[in-house]
Amino acid sequence: MKQLIPLALRINGVDHELLAPPWRTLLEVLREHLGLTGAKRSCQEGQCGTCTVLVDGKAINSCLYLAVEAQGKDIQTIEGLAKDGALDQIQKSFVQKGGVQCGFCTPGFVLATKSLLNDNPSPSEDDIREAMVGHLCRCTGYVQIIEAIQDAASQIQREGAG
Amino acid sequence: MHNQFRNEYDVVGHPTPKKDGAPKALGRAEYADDLSMPGMLHGKLLRSPHPHAKIVRIDTSRAAALPGVRAVVTGKDFPGVKYGNLPQTRDYLPLAIDTVRYIGEEVAAVAAVDEDTAEDALDLIDVEYEPLPAVFDPEQAMRPGAPRLHDKAPANVSAEVAFEFGDVDKAFAAAHYVREDVYETQAVKQGMLEPHACIGLWDSAGKISLWSCKMSPYVVWRQLAMGLGVELGSVRVVQTVVGGGFSGGKQEAMPMDFCAVMLSKKSGRPVKIVHTMDEVLTIGHMRHPMKLWLRTGTDKEGRILAQHCKLIANGGAYSSIGGFSMYLAGAMLNIPYRIPNIRYEAKRIYTNNGFCGALRGHTNTQICFARDSQLELIAEHLRIDPIDIRHRNALQPGDVTQNGFRIGTFAFDECIDRVVELSGWHKKRGKLPKYRGIGFGCGSHISGARLMGHSASAAQIRVQEDGTVHLTTGSTDVGQGADTVLSMIAAEVLGVGVDDVRFSLVDSDSTPVDPGTFGSRVTFFTGNAVKRAAEDARRQLAEIAGARMKVNPEDLVFRNREIINRHDDRQRIPLKEAVRWGAFQTGQMVISHATYAAGDEKIDFRTGHGNLSPAYNPSACAVEVEVDPETGQVKIVGFWGADDSGFPLNPLGVKGQVIGATVMSFGHALYETLVRIDGRVMNPSFRDYKMPLTTDIPKLADFQHSNVVTWEPEGPFGAKEAGQGAGTGVIAALANAIYDATGVRMSNLPMSPDRIRLAIKQRTADDRIGTEPLVAAK
Repeated sequence: MKQLIPLALRINGVDHELLAPPWRTLLEVLREHLGLTGAKRSCQEGQCGTCTVLVDGKAINSCLYLAVEAQGKDIQTIEGLAKDGALDQIQKSFVQKGGVQCGFCTPGFVLATKSLLNDNPSPSEDDIREAMVGHLCRCTGYVQIIEAIQDAASQIQREGAG
Repeated sequence: MHNQFRNEYDVVGHPTPKKDGAPKALGRAEYADDLSMPGMLHGKLLRSPHPHAKIVRIDTSRAAALPGVRAVVTGKDFPGVKYGNLPQTRDYLPLAIDTVRYIGEEVAAVAAVDEDTAEDALDLIDVEYEPLPAVFDPEQAMRPGAPRLHDKAPANVSAEVAFEFGDVDKAFAAAHYVREDVYETQAVKQGMLEPHACIGLWDSAGKISLWSCKMSPYVVWRQLAMGLGVELGSVRVVQTVVGGGFSGGKQEAMPMDFCAVMLSKKSGRPVKIVHTMDEVLTIGHMRHPMKLWLRTGTDKEGRILAQHCKLIANGGAYSSIGGFSMYLAGAMLNIPYRIPNIRYEAKRIYTNNGFCGALRGHTNTQICFARDSQLELIAEHLRIDPIDIRHRNALQPGDVTQNGFRIGTFAFDECIDRVVELSGWHKKRGKLPKYRGIGFGCGSHISGARLMGHSASAAQIRVQEDGTVHLTTGSTDVGQGADTVLSMIAAEVLGVGVDDVRFSLVDSDSTPVDPGTFGSRVTFFTGNAVKRAAEDARRQLAEIAGARMKVNPEDLVFRNREIINRHDDRQRIPLKEAVRWGAFQTGQMVISHATYAAGDEKIDFRTGHGNLSPAYNPSACAVEVEVDPETGQVKIVGFWGADDSGFPLNPLGVKGQVIGATVMSFGHALYETLVRIDGRVMNPSFRDYKMPLTTDIPKLADFQHSNVVTWEPEGPFGAKEAGQGAGTGVIAALANAIYDATGVRMSNLPMSPDRIRLAIKQRTADDRIGTEPLVAAK
């Protein structure tokens, strides 16, 4: 029999307790145990960024992060970003500016943007490129993604000022 | 200029965010791997470690005995019927039976309670192989005595296409200048981020269902029935949200699809199979690597008199749609330049590599790379400006090409001029510092293809009593925005908002049958069908409303969810009231169905003659690069493109398509390549298969694209293709820019740093011994 260990995870402000093998990644636990499928399974080696979630506000590749390590930390997934079903400003900007095509990379980009704007509320174009370098998108050619991030940053700043 | 047509419309022509953008941004869109079903098992595939071998024996007993394993299948569980696209190209089997022909070919599959168990079980399947001699290079594979892959293919010729238009020999004899060059292109992958994934269910009533991320679900539907040897009606294919496709495995039924349903039949449970990225990058479906020999003759002014192209394509182990790929490359010699005499000879050769098929731009991409690279050399030799030589040879609206393409709208000259202006060409060309250069490239594409088999599209519309419009088509949204642009067309006709239109995923049990999503056909073909269906629904609504309002139905206009008397706008009713009144008073339902078939012209594939597409799209681009002579690294500092997509129905979507195609071409030009040694893919991961990143594109201010707006009379609301054509000229533009920057001509793809550095070193050595430099010093 496979060895199972108890895990206690705080995800999107909700506490979860479950049993899983100790080698399970955070991505596997989110998707397979908790039905949180917004983080995507693609390269599974930290190259593409589709599995991005926030751990204590920082973007990480959940495919390379063991679920046991995430205990005691605050995990945010794409499902936790919208408030009462309303899109967060970052999500709105991605939709409005054409940053979403097939959408497979979108949750990862949106959360990486959240992490970026937490640290740097008014990033330059180069800051954005550097911050997104761990995220692949094959559809957009990145232009509309960068424009979406610029839009999100300026909208959030405007809201903050107003 | 851009607003010339837009102001006439409420919906089309206005930038419109993607309808499925919100669920995708929320993480709620359900891709195949996000689905699960009660009792679902997980499948894994066993793959051949040999490039070519006989299967002597497969023993699955140890795997079947592993706790948690519920079913094991091998090739013998299937009827042994080969499937594929055309009768002469059917060479796929659901699983190999007695021979494997490439490393990675599927030989068995397991379903277990979880993926780990299924993976463990693969190690317990004992396959005894008898290795056969293998061949990886197409030119070697053509030689007498080479190992043969398929009994039916002597000299390993998978497809052979040859045609000739005009008097080629006479034209070459009369030419002022003739040059020959050889170009080589590499194997590249689609690179979509969503791996292939499916769930198969063979239920107790014998219904066979497949949920999968397919771009062309009806191709899969037919191929599944064929390979399973069952009636078409017993198969159901349900499309899930597609996480990128760019052609390839999402166009066809793959071994994973067959195995999922067969494992389900054996286990009585639904079975999910998801490829790992290693599998995606190892197995078939990639762009055809080609060796192209191109001979071109021109007059003194650089007008092309004749072109002769011979090519050998490394097809890999199976056909896929390789026969059409070979036709298409030759057909695309006819656009976007006027070539009065053409000879084309292509061979697609079977080798023991992963097989090749379509990938964004298909085989047009290789042709454009070779042709526009060589055109630059011709211009240089004849001392003609690179822009002038393109203008001099540009096809014009109203032209009929030698192979019978009837060119309608075709603003090629305008595209060239737009790029010259945007890029500041004349200020830059010949005036940039050393190791900085600018290059030009052109391309073109079709707006859907008239194929011998299934060509037409259909659409159904049902207007509901709340005023919403349910639109069903057989076309898929694969990220390109079909959900939005097709809904926009329906909304424009019916005078409702885009959000009032519901767009469905394809389900072969209920949506209209359709050829699929490829060849830039959806906006054009399905869009025309949607427009006609919406017009029919509008006619039905006008009759109902006319009776209710006592107004001649022809006097009614549809706007802002209302039906209005055009002569007296005080007379108006809400659209939903008309639907309700029709349903309540007479039982009439507003349901329409319409089709678009683009006429009944057909291509004669033996002669290569025929009008492939109802419309053609030209494009041009300039790219500025900086090359580090020490490392060979190319930095793209600016890109300016223009294309004639007719009237862009959704400018936001067109921009995304065009830039996406452009950046994919950056990768294919400069670094992407599937490294294969003796048939083994050495870089099957995104760590080693390098695709463009955010840091690899020019600054936004220097990355521009412009639409030259035309009105294509045959297109829906004047539209043409967008998203493939614009990428086709990019690779040659980069080659020409690198040449301008360094004086080295890169004829092999990718133009990777090691190759560029070596070429620069070679050239420097040549200079030292006194050979004339290839370009004048700047």
